[in-house]
Amino acid sequence: MTETVRDQVRRPTRVVNTSVLRNDAREKLLGRTRYAGDFDVAGQLHARLVRSPVPSARIVAKDASAALAIPGVVAVLFGEDVPNNEIPTNTAGIKGRPLPPSWVLATDRVRYHGEPVALVVAANPRALAAGEAAVEVEYDLLPVVSDPERALEPDGPEVHEGGNLLSQWEIDRGDVDAAFADADVVVEGRYEAQVVDHAYLEPETGVGWLDDEGVINIRVSTQEIEHYRRIAHVVGLSDSKVRVQSPYLGGGFGGKEDMTVEPYIALAVQRTGRPVKMTWTRQESLTARAKRHPVRMSYRTAATADGQLLAHDIEVVSDAGAYPLLSGFVLLYITLNAAGPYRCDNVRVRSRAAYTNNTPGSAFRGFGGMQPVLGYEAQIDKVADATGQDRVEIRKRNAFTAGDRIPAGQRIETAVWLPQCIDAVLERIGPRPEPSSPDHRVGLGLACNVQPYGRVAWMNDSASAWVGCERNGDVVVRCGVPDVGGGQVSSLAQIAAEVLHVPMEKVTVHFGDSARTPLAGRTTATRQLYMSGNAVLAAARALRAQLVEGVGRGSGHATAALTLAEGGVITPDGVVPLAEVVMMCLANGVAINAMETYFAPTAPPVAQRVDAERIVPDFTFGAHAAYVEVDTRTGEVRPLRYVAAHDVGRAINPASVRGQIEGAVVQGIGYALSERIVYDEGVNLTGAFYQYAIPTAADCPEIEAVVLESGEGVGPFNARGIGEPPIGPCAATLASAVEDAVGARPTTLPMLAERVRSCIDEGTRS
Amino acid sequence: MTEAMGSVETTITLNGAEVTGYAPADTTLLRWLREQAHAYEVKEGCNEGTCGTCTVLVDGRAATGCTTLAVQVAGSEVETSVSLSDGDELSPLQACFWESGAAQCGFCTQGMLMSAVELLRSGEEVTPATVREHLHGNLCRCTGYQAIVDAVVRAAEEGATR
Repeated sequence: MTETVRDQVRRPTRVVNTSVLRNDAREKLLGRTRYAGDFDVAGQLHARLVRSPVPSARIVAKDASAALAIPGVVAVLFGEDVPNNEIPTNTAGIKGRPLPPSWVLATDRVRYHGEPVALVVAANPRALAAGEAAVEVEYDLLPVVSDPERALEPDGPEVHEGGNLLSQWEIDRGDVDAAFADADVVVEGRYEAQVVDHAYLEPETGVGWLDDEGVINIRVSTQEIEHYRRIAHVVGLSDSKVRVQSPYLGGGFGGKEDMTVEPYIALAVQRTGRPVKMTWTRQESLTARAKRHPVRMSYRTAATADGQLLAHDIEVVSDAGAYPLLSGFVLLYITLNAAGPYRCDNVRVRSRAAYTNNTPGSAFRGFGGMQPVLGYEAQIDKVADATGQDRVEIRKRNAFTAGDRIPAGQRIETAVWLPQCIDAVLERIGPRPEPSSPDHRVGLGLACNVQPYGRVAWMNDSASAWVGCERNGDVVVRCGVPDVGGGQVSSLAQIAAEVLHVPMEKVTVHFGDSARTPLAGRTTATRQLYMSGNAVLAAARALRAQLVEGVGRGSGHATAALTLAEGGVITPDGVVPLAEVVMMCLANGVAINAMETYFAPTAPPVAQRVDAERIVPDFTFGAHAAYVEVDTRTGEVRPLRYVAAHDVGRAINPASVRGQIEGAVVQGIGYALSERIVYDEGVNLTGAFYQYAIPTAADCPEIEAVVLESGEGVGPFNARGIGEPPIGPCAATLASAVEDAVGARPTTLPMLAERVRSCIDEGTRS
Repeated sequence: MTEAMGSVETTITLNGAEVTGYAPADTTLLRWLREQAHAYEVKEGCNEGTCGTCTVLVDGRAATGCTTLAVQVAGSEVETSVSLSDGDELSPLQACFWESGAAQCGFCTQGMLMSAVELLRSGEEVTPATVREHLHGNLCRCTGYQAIVDAVVRAAEEGATR
């Protein structure tokens, strides 16, 4: 494991570190890719959920008889019909207090608008719609709590028995009170961010069937094929009796990390013995699928007169919605990233996540690393202003360097290229554009971030990969990665092609199958290139050694005299083409395939107090700069130009890295300016896609992504993960640009025109 | 409604070939194309006319299949993205998309291509600004649009119409 690939960084590569055309994109462009919803099984039935129309109620009666009388309706299931209706919670809560489960189907109580209550299975979509409407459920309304701080009050209506505090984390580093007492400057701020939806363009969908071995197969749009264990638990089968395949996804962003349609498809297949397809409508997805956690954050920051950060005192309240899902871990990420990419020896963080009757919160690109950027970047600007320091220089001065400890205790082991990222974006952002009218103002914003990649250390994460040769010399990779659209599979092909000296076209990757590809874990936490990339690298290297060994045995040459290169194994007698190498291996008892497992570093779990030598594998750092134009009459904010730089250690595919950065920036612009899910006492009012304002091409500025390569990272070829990090700085960058334009800084997201307009008014008054 | 409506015979010229299907009169063009014509390249993203993933050309004009009824376009020429390529060979626009990295998850791509084709065939000036304006009805959640805009501008420079 300590075998370093650092040497390879200086060694030229042929395929890795080049912008090869992604091997999945051709079929996608030809319209041939069979996404989960494009796959039907002969004789399939259709399934749909009956969902709660209210956010908090007791279920007093349920009746399926009218629905079952409809021709074409095959089955109606309630929670009582589910073999194991409880989905055990896998998140960090509060020591000594068990977390409540989620329910496949609510039996006697609903806790959020859209919670599944019944499953209807029918022969065709029309009977299905009629059946859904005919299922009778009677609700007795209960009090609703929709505000997390209200939920945490002693008399807040209980969402779950035992109180509404789901999770809390604490950091206590150094002596915060003493640091504040000695400080020359203290600045304060309150920041608030909203609920947002992933809004991938492919809604949740899948189809399931029973195979000849009695295994329930589900081909589904998911970021985690290893939910097969949870699905098996729900239907009361042993783990090996469920198989999950993930074809190419139409986006995930964390929203397909928890199960969506899978348990319902499995139940319907089990009940009917027939193939079953389930697709959630966009409107269902918006109403009821898990969202990003909204937060309220208050910061007090102390500094010396020359702008050195001395202390942070940070409080966070997060709304977890009605069920735990991954909220405890998201809150942990908020906590450990709360002070940002800056050295600070005295840090106190108190963070709490509360149950409410809102849609559950769970994973979303950035996973808690994102929310606090709004806070820590505003605070460092305030310190700069209060001490008369330059906003750029103060960041460089306070930036972590390798070897520093983050406030949560972990030492940063790889390079921190924050100053380089800052320089890159300021160099590229260009001259300040002229405002388009006397009523418009243009401003420049800058923000930085840190985002871990890889899962928390006590998940004991691993990924396995198999690499082999066909007899014609083709290379095959088998690795259970779900490809969410970020080029996960293509990167693995690049790594295998690099190590085995074959062109990309000679590599085929079989992926995303819980039964037939080695398990490689979920495509989340910016872990897939890091984990599966390392596994493929190790397997390809092992295979390379075997191929050389086979030629050595077959030819009588010492293996030291042999090398695998383009075209085959080079021997003193000439080149042996790969197809012949394969035959020599087989003739001499050498395997033509290898499987390896990569293990991430592990550590014991942290309890409520976050202070540990190891929490995450490593970090990615970045800086963004943007020009915005603000219409001072309306408060409307328009981004004009955007530059984002991240150190990715080494880019496996620089074009893919740029694609990740550009896409994340636009998702971040939506978070900053326009996207929000709106609740009225727990009722989700944002049930249609036109109500949810994703930036369009016309709303977006020109974006330039700058890929920096420090040569240090813990992924294959010293790569760092880049899927999540670039969404982090966007809101803070735009808030800072608005402040530069109009002299007042929005602190509540999204920065809607009316909010910015009142911000301008306040700025003018002061 | 519990009883299926009576089916209506509809004939559409789909990518140059006549296709006849039988479906209830309220069947959207999106559903009709997928279920009657097995044109799975036409994607459903929202079914309310917001996302643009089901964009096709109807007699040369871009339309969202989810807000168009199949019976409305009976007798029309409908083009989907598979009409662009020549067998396994990418069309010039598709090649520009590939080379620019304009398809990531690929779910918006089919609709995006058709809106872009409409612009390329319109004779309008193709600049980053006009591309952004013309594609504003096609949402993309992966690319940030930059690679898509670059691809369409490049295709126009090459004189591509498909």
